[in-house]
Amino acid sequence: MLNALSRRALLAALLATAVALAGCGSKDDAKKADEKKAEAVKPDPLKIGFIYVGPTGDAGWTFAHDNARKAVEQEFGDRVKTSFVESVPEGPDSERVVRDLVGQGNKLIFGTTFGYMETMLKVAEETKGVRFEHATGYKSAENMRTYDSRTYEGAYLVGVIAGKMTKSNKLGVVASVPIPEVLRNINAFTLGAQSVNPKVTTRVVWINKWFDPGKEREGAVALMDQGADVLMQNTDSTAVVQAANEKGKFAFGWDSDMSKFAPEAHLASAIINWAPYYKKAVREALDGGWKTEHNWWGLKEGAIDVVALSDKLPAEVKALVEARKQGIKDGSFVIWRGPIVDQAGKVMLAKDQVAEDKWMHDIKWYVKGVQGAVPK
Amino acid sequence: MLLEPMRSQLGVWRIERRPAATAWMRWASPLLALLLTAVIAAMLFAMLGKNPWQGLAVFFVEPLRNAYALSELALKATPLMLCALGLAIGFRANVWNIGAEGQFLLGAICAGWVALLDLASLGSVGLISLLLLAGMLGGMAWAGIVAWLRDRCNANEILVSLMLVYVAQLLLAWLVYGPMKDPAGFNFPQTPRFSAASVLPKLIEGTRLHIGFVVALLAALAAWLFMFRARAGHALQVAGLAPQAARYAGYSARRALWTSLLISGAAAGLAGAFEAAGPLRQLTPYVSAGYGFAAIIVAFVGRLHPLGIVLASLLLSMFFIGGELAQSRLGLPNALSGVFQGVLLFSLLACDALILYRLRRVV
Amino acid sequence: MNEINNLALLSTLIAATLSAGTPLLLAGLGLLVNERAGVVNLGAEGMMLLAAVAGFALALATGSDVLALAGGALAGALAALLFGVFAIYLNTNQYATGLALSLLGGGLSAFVGIDYVSRNLPRLPLTGIPWLSDLPWFGPALFRQHWAVYLALLLALLIGVFLQRSRAGLALRAVGESPESAHALGLPVRRVRLAAVCFGGACCGLAGAYLSVIYTPMWVEGMVAGRGWIALALTPFATWRASRVVIGAYLFGGVTLLQFHLQSIGVEISSALLSMLPYLATILVLALISRNPVWIQRNMPASLGRPFTPGQ
Repeated sequence: MLNALSRRALLAALLATAVALAGCGSKDDAKKADEKKAEAVKPDPLKIGFIYVGPTGDAGWTFAHDNARKAVEQEFGDRVKTSFVESVPEGPDSERVVRDLVGQGNKLIFGTTFGYMETMLKVAEETKGVRFEHATGYKSAENMRTYDSRTYEGAYLVGVIAGKMTKSNKLGVVASVPIPEVLRNINAFTLGAQSVNPKVTTRVVWINKWFDPGKEREGAVALMDQGADVLMQNTDSTAVVQAANEKGKFAFGWDSDMSKFAPEAHLASAIINWAPYYKKAVREALDGGWKTEHNWWGLKEGAIDVVALSDKLPAEVKALVEARKQGIKDGSFVIWRGPIVDQAGKVMLAKDQVAEDKWMHDIKWYVKGVQGAVPK
Repeated sequence: MLLEPMRSQLGVWRIERRPAATAWMRWASPLLALLLTAVIAAMLFAMLGKNPWQGLAVFFVEPLRNAYALSELALKATPLMLCALGLAIGFRANVWNIGAEGQFLLGAICAGWVALLDLASLGSVGLISLLLLAGMLGGMAWAGIVAWLRDRCNANEILVSLMLVYVAQLLLAWLVYGPMKDPAGFNFPQTPRFSAASVLPKLIEGTRLHIGFVVALLAALAAWLFMFRARAGHALQVAGLAPQAARYAGYSARRALWTSLLISGAAAGLAGAFEAAGPLRQLTPYVSAGYGFAAIIVAFVGRLHPLGIVLASLLLSMFFIGGELAQSRLGLPNALSGVFQGVLLFSLLACDALILYRLRRVV
Repeated sequence: MNEINNLALLSTLIAATLSAGTPLLLAGLGLLVNERAGVVNLGAEGMMLLAAVAGFALALATGSDVLALAGGALAGALAALLFGVFAIYLNTNQYATGLALSLLGGGLSAFVGIDYVSRNLPRLPLTGIPWLSDLPWFGPALFRQHWAVYLALLLALLIGVFLQRSRAGLALRAVGESPESAHALGLPVRRVRLAAVCFGGACCGLAGAYLSVIYTPMWVEGMVAGRGWIALALTPFATWRASRVVIGAYLFGGVTLLQFHLQSIGVEISSALLSMLPYLATILVLALISRNPVWIQRNMPASLGRPFTPGQ
């Protein structure tokens, strides 16, 4: 199709030039020819492919990525042409999909789950003319870079709210898979709560899935039955906030605004907005400046936010959250500032020391105040 | 034949078995089923505002467009083919192993375990042979449990093999979340990547198609020889279909049980080993895309005949790949390919049934 | 103080187990009936998904959970009818047909459900059974549940009585034991089987709609997440007895909850290994009952999975 298009463009250009050179057309014709010429010069749109691990209708992770894809289409109009393949499992099938997107002439390819890392790396090494953007991974190449969101910033801020709103001083987290990102979020949530209420403790259940509404609900119910009265989730569906609503407890939306699913329970939503990064990446691919880097965007870049704060929150809590948010944005407030100690009381970050990204990527432990053990 | 007649204003009809299904009907049936699916698909495309011809081309032409596409088709068909061949031998012997999925997973686990041992000294050929053997043994052992419980306790093999699928899935989950987890993998549920020595030889350079496809085709040939040319294969089928007669002829039903289960276990285990060592190169919770279950459908669509199975496995993988292409080419939802697969399978089953049966007016 | 706490915890654990086990119980009971008639339908997951989306759509349109569950049951029964016509009248292989239904149901439900994703269902307050739900200790846990929880238990009782005590139940079991003899006795074997299959589908439909309308409540593709397959494991676990399906459903439903509770109090047990136990128990039960000819005869439909064509 691409070939047919450019062939037609070439033909039009030749025709236009011929007409202009012959000089036998009227002024009007020449003007038309100029217009045609301009049209012909206009480059083909940049084709962009997206590979999603879940269905676009999961109302969580993939949904958020697809919204950003739509934002890219809005922003760049006919300069880009996007397509996507959804529900691609993190197995052998992903390689065929990546290669097919390359074969389709896509010059920029986004892979939105960790499990595509090896596949994308392999294809990237073989197809140098195509740029690859891989979410949440750690391997890169000359034409492959990584991007991720500082989800812990949202977790910390909702932790602040949780610390203020809990009555039992027991918080709960419905967690997915014990990778550093999720451990970091649990720790940030707990640190946020402890910063306003030193007495809080956090309980965690691991459901070992990113998406299973039934299990997410059961995890939430177990936590509430253990006395937790404010819940955070690091999973994809709305089951947790809905369960909290039913039981008269509080919870936070995750990834997207979940307020409408739990009018009573919902205190705020920690959301990811992939659009700013996707726009940056596309702009760099279109206009130059694309280079290999590890992009880890947060509040400052507009990739993370805490939204839909409930009317139940006292004004001082709202103000505090807003102040911390501003602080994180302008760098005057740091979440990972020592002393940070693990469950056993061992100092993991010395007093007044500020953590580097590498330190954060390596979190395999719980901070003091989280109960239970990290699954081995 | 005494059959319940259906009475209506149109007279009295009954469904009866055709005296003999003619050869052309055997071939016409799958074509008819494909046609039926294509018509339904075209209608759906039109409903969704897409050009039906474009839609059909994505499912029926695009997966065959060039050598690379064909290699992907064959790669996807390999595990289906191997599993279905083994199952067909069992089904012909009246042994209903529906747990190929579990045997596939055990094959992958055992092959993965060997691939992760420090066996570089064996060399590539040695290591690959060993891991394939381990996969086969793993699948055989898993199917062997079914055979043993049937033999010793008379436990229904359908149910035991199905239960063992769940156990195998949970075993795999336990291993990749626990003992076999990559220590350098940031706690992601996956094993380390397999070493370079265990890379399967490629059939075509630049593609992912590995020797597994040739092995699967050879397995089809072997299955054909076993079913139609070998005394053991004949004995197996007689023992399955008519145990009484078999006993008179000196064939053993026990042997039929063990042989067919061990063969199908080995085939499924081998498929798992190929999948792990071939395109996957590590173990994750997502080793199988439901190959063991899909293979049951493949076996029946292929009429339990090796050639039919080869074609059916290619057809099913064509639909699967077509579903991916329909998304990136036409922007159709992934759900649609599930619908088409379902429609195709039901039409194939219906057309098959119509070969064997016919409606006849009796009054 | 601590004892009261433990009691309260136990009571909430019971409540959560009851609601988690209900979809399994409903689906398991349906599959029990169609397996008693000699038919295995591996399409349970597909039927549940179709019913889940149908029920959710109806709940959204009408706001009535009664209509939503009824619609789910109807959707499940229709899907089962498709299976039944193929497997019983056209004599296609039961396992292949069931798996085909699983695929079709998964795809079709995702396809028609696209518009229902992330729609919000207003939640209905739970009233519970008056007086009983105010009892101390286990009152709220046992008696403040959605009515579908009690419907499932009632269904278990009715099915148990039907199968063991009624003439029609006897006929159904006869069809599952020996279709040939049942046919010789003048029973319409295939019609009985079709009815049993449709009943099974309706129950699976109830289960699916319960999940999307009452349990989580939401619709997302694939949301049944393997519960149809677990329900298939329930019948052999229960040796095809309704009363034991009840036990099995709560056991299978409660095992994840139990693991979550252990986890949140810091006891680390691999969820995979814990979840494996019921399946291993099922295999053990199967092996034990099958050893003894009397037990197996008493406990398992002899013609399970065997097709039947009258006159052959």
